[in-house]
Amino acid sequence: MARYDRAITVFSPDGHLFQVEYALEAVRKGNAAVGVRGTDTVVLGVEKKSTPAPRLPIVSLDTHIALACAGLKADARVLINRARIECQSHRLTVEDPVTVEYITRYIAGLQQKYTQSGGVRPFGLSTLIVGFDPYTGVPALYQTDPSGTFSAWKANATGRNSNSMREFLEKNYKETSGQETVKLAIRTLLEVVESGGKNIEIAVVTKEHGLRQLDEAEIDAIVAEIEAEKAAAEAAKKAPSKDT
Amino acid sequence: MCSKSQRSVAFRFHRILRRTTNRPCFPRLRSSFDTAAFFPDRREGSKKEMECVFGLVGDGFALVAADTSAVHSILVHKSNEDKVMILDSHKLLGASGEAGDRVQFTEYIQKNVHLYEFRNGIPLATAAAANFTRGELALALRKNPYSVNILLAGYDKDVGASLYYIDYIATLHKVDKGAFGYGSYFALSMMDRHYHSGMSLEEAVDLVDKCIIEIRSRLVVAPPNFVIKIVDKDGAREYAWRESIKDAGVSAA
Repeated sequence: MARYDRAITVFSPDGHLFQVEYALEAVRKGNAAVGVRGTDTVVLGVEKKSTPAPRLPIVSLDTHIALACAGLKADARVLINRARIECQSHRLTVEDPVTVEYITRYIAGLQQKYTQSGGVRPFGLSTLIVGFDPYTGVPALYQTDPSGTFSAWKANATGRNSNSMREFLEKNYKETSGQETVKLAIRTLLEVVESGGKNIEIAVVTKEHGLRQLDEAEIDAIVAEIEAEKAAAEAAKKAPSKDT
Repeated sequence: MCSKSQRSVAFRFHRILRRTTNRPCFPRLRSSFDTAAFFPDRREGSKKEMECVFGLVGDGFALVAADTSAVHSILVHKSNEDKVMILDSHKLLGASGEAGDRVQFTEYIQKNVHLYEFRNGIPLATAAAANFTRGELALALRKNPYSVNILLAGYDKDVGASLYYIDYIATLHKVDKGAFGYGSYFALSMMDRHYHSGMSLEEAVDLVDKCIIEIRSRLVVAPPNFVIKIVDKDGAREYAWRESIKDAGVSAA
């Protein structure tokens, strides 16, 4: 096995590209990130780790598209830069803003290129890309990974403890809109992150206002709401059993 | 391995958008050892100069006015062509010159200004945008020059309103008032007579109207319609049109 993971350009006998799988490992060690798509809002949330280096916050690629990532942040900077250039280049050549699917396909294509070339390594990050179609106004959420595959999602998580977050979403996802979507994203993140505004970063993308980062106070307020709801649910569960 | 289609400018550390389409070279008249040549009488002459762009700086704002006719030899294609581009929230780019170059170059500048804003989280300062524009003109000058004259107006919080004169051979001047085209003979004279620094919006628009009246009455093939745009602390926006001919709609008969 050791012979087949030295370079990206070597398949293993059982059909694995080990470098890509190791890149996915790097993603699994990155910060937690979650994306939730509502009917009129899409929300991105990332875990903020205070050490060692300051993390890349959720970034906007264009006025109607935002991106969050998990994995190697240095690689993220390169991908984000290329994506931003592509967004403007697209506007310049066809006089139309990009659709979410287009820019996702572009980023995924870029990630794939680096899995099929000599002397390079794959990008060690998965991205969550959200935005609104500039003409139909339909919200979208896409995920890419180091192998260069991408797919559309109603909600997804990546990075650290993404499995627990995904389980939570599978149990609790329902069609939401507006503030409910934000709450769902925060509740998902709270499963794996210490609660508190300073450990979570949330960005909300709406058709009218584009990307808006929530500040700590707002996040703390919503977290408090969620905790109150949780407590109320607990109390309601306990109360009937007391009666019997 | 990186895509070679991105042209990175040699001494700059960031990549800008490449000019994504091939601009037509000046045609067969060029000899093989010319890399770039202007042909003063044939190309740069009458067509370009009939377009008027002028502007001035007032008290906390800047105005840019431009004619709105798109002309090809003796034919007027349209008389409501907007030649003052809103570069970003607080910048205006009034351009005159070869029609293809004008649109191509100003859109190229606009997308690069937007790219800067996305990359860095803050918009370019007006002076920086003007210098970037001049730099692009200068780079192209001895290869495949753009025939575009530009007045770039912007508002910055720390500096206030400013106006930059950038001509087709990449001259850059920060000015209080400027003008391009044959109309500049009249507009500059009127502004020399009536302009003073710190004009109010009413005074400035009045001066612009005086210039437009001069151009309309004294220039032999004067453009009939003008657009006036303003940039101040509230942003860049259209201020008014001055129309003496409306584009013909469905014929009444």
